Amino acid sequence: MTALDFSPAPGAAPPVRRVLRHGRLEARLLVRNGEQLLLALVIPLVILVTVRVAGGRLGDFAELAPSVLAVAVWSSGFTSVAISTGFERRYGVLERLVATPLGPSGLIAGKSLAVLMILAGQLVILAGVAAVLGWRPAFTAASGPTAVLLVIMATATFVCLGLLLASRLRAEATLGLANLIYLLLLAGGALIVPLDRYPAAVQPVLEVLPTAALGEGLRAAAGGITLGWPLLVLVFWLAAAGLAAWKGFRWTS
Amino acid sequence: MPNRPVDALVVDGLTVRFGSHAALADLTLSARSAALTAVLGPNGAGKTTLIRSCTGLLKPAEGHMTVLGGAPGTAGVRSRIGLMPQNTAAWSGIRARELLDYLAGLYSQPLNVERLITRLGISGYATTTYRRLSGGQQQVVNLAAALVGRPDLVFLDEPTAGLDPHARRATWQLLRELRAAGVTIVLTTHAMDEAEALADEIYILDRGRIAVSGTVRDLTRGGQNLESVYLANTHAQAGT
Repeated sequence: MTALDFSPAPGAAPPVRRVLRHGRLEARLLVRNGEQLLLALVIPLVILVTVRVAGGRLGDFAELAPSVLAVAVWSSGFTSVAISTGFERRYGVLERLVATPLGPSGLIAGKSLAVLMILAGQLVILAGVAAVLGWRPAFTAASGPTAVLLVIMATATFVCLGLLLASRLRAEATLGLANLIYLLLLAGGALIVPLDRYPAAVQPVLEVLPTAALGEGLRAAAGGITLGWPLLVLVFWLAAAGLAAWKGFRWTS
Repeated sequence: MPNRPVDALVVDGLTVRFGSHAALADLTLSARSAALTAVLGPNGAGKTTLIRSCTGLLKPAEGHMTVLGGAPGTAGVRSRIGLMPQNTAAWSGIRARELLDYLAGLYSQPLNVERLITRLGISGYATTTYRRLSGGQQQVVNLAAALVGRPDLVFLDEPTAGLDPHARRATWQLLRELRAAGVTIVLTTHAMDEAEALADEIYILDRGRIAVSGTVRDLTRGGQNLESVYLANTHAQAGT
């Protein structure tokens, strides 16, 4: 048996190092997870290639490419976070980590970093594939930064909603409901299909969804147009979701 | 190293409620530094609630507590404690060594992970993902994870549950080494022999209150063994 000095020598690593370590670990675990990879890359790639091959019968490729980027933000920000956090809560991972120097704020920062790393990878790959397939976006000096802002705000909103869902339901229920919400808003939340293709009666309702704000905002930005209302919708959702997650998050099951 | 108080943990009149139910009711106890304090009690008595309160996860409705002289859950306290929760407490897809390396990186002077793995006999499954480990192997990794930051105080929630007799005895030996090295240990257990063999001080918890406390010698002074004392001072879990 190897002798080991157990005498106490406690102390925390520097905060940035703790958050970086957590972000890297979570990103690595997410990439290793086949289901998450399906959501993050395979489904968006299949949509891109299918529409391209269909040659206009399933929609305009110039509109579809930014829509697929919006889907990537939706899947990584909401669905992946909800499912992974639900199981972390159920397995006691959150309980362990909030008792370490990482703490609750470091954990949230590390999680956010992991989502940003995954999302950056997704967006580069998907935008690259879209470009190879012929996408030529017309971002301008105003619409480009607006698109970046939309992605950041939408990601933060979706992460807050994912955390809230994960903290209120059992892990299995979170898994089922997060996938259901993902599919419902993918199909009916103006993420892929532009808002003006929906029946006029439901457009005012869809317009206030965060998914519609992201989808419409990105499609417009890629076409060189800067829209203000998607930012306003996301400001509202981010404030509401952030407050709800802050007040309602539960660390244990 | 920060000064260590005589009592590493002080809980005074603690009440924790879930809705109208008081999981802990006016609970008072203390854990001496560099000693092993055992908290016994039936399922649902409040043992895990007590530990979650000590780590700042639950906020008490009433009462006061200090952990290593500070408030539970604060940054200064979090860096000085170790926690072994009752359940698996790890991602299902993480490998044992990967978990310990990650946790070590959160501390300034952690234990050497390779030596910890060797000492606790984890080497044979250090690269196995958590979901493929047996319950006993998960418990050992879980314990290693609580120790890797070289804490002043460790909270161990049923550390030997699910271990075979060899692994239990090895864990007892490890806990004795920790105490000898100056680590304060607060553990919960259902095992009377464990408390009897290890504890410097025992608190028997029943329905959120301390039913009786003292050293093994104090508690068994009337000629009863510890299990008889436990049975006489606790209620069976509802429905059993």
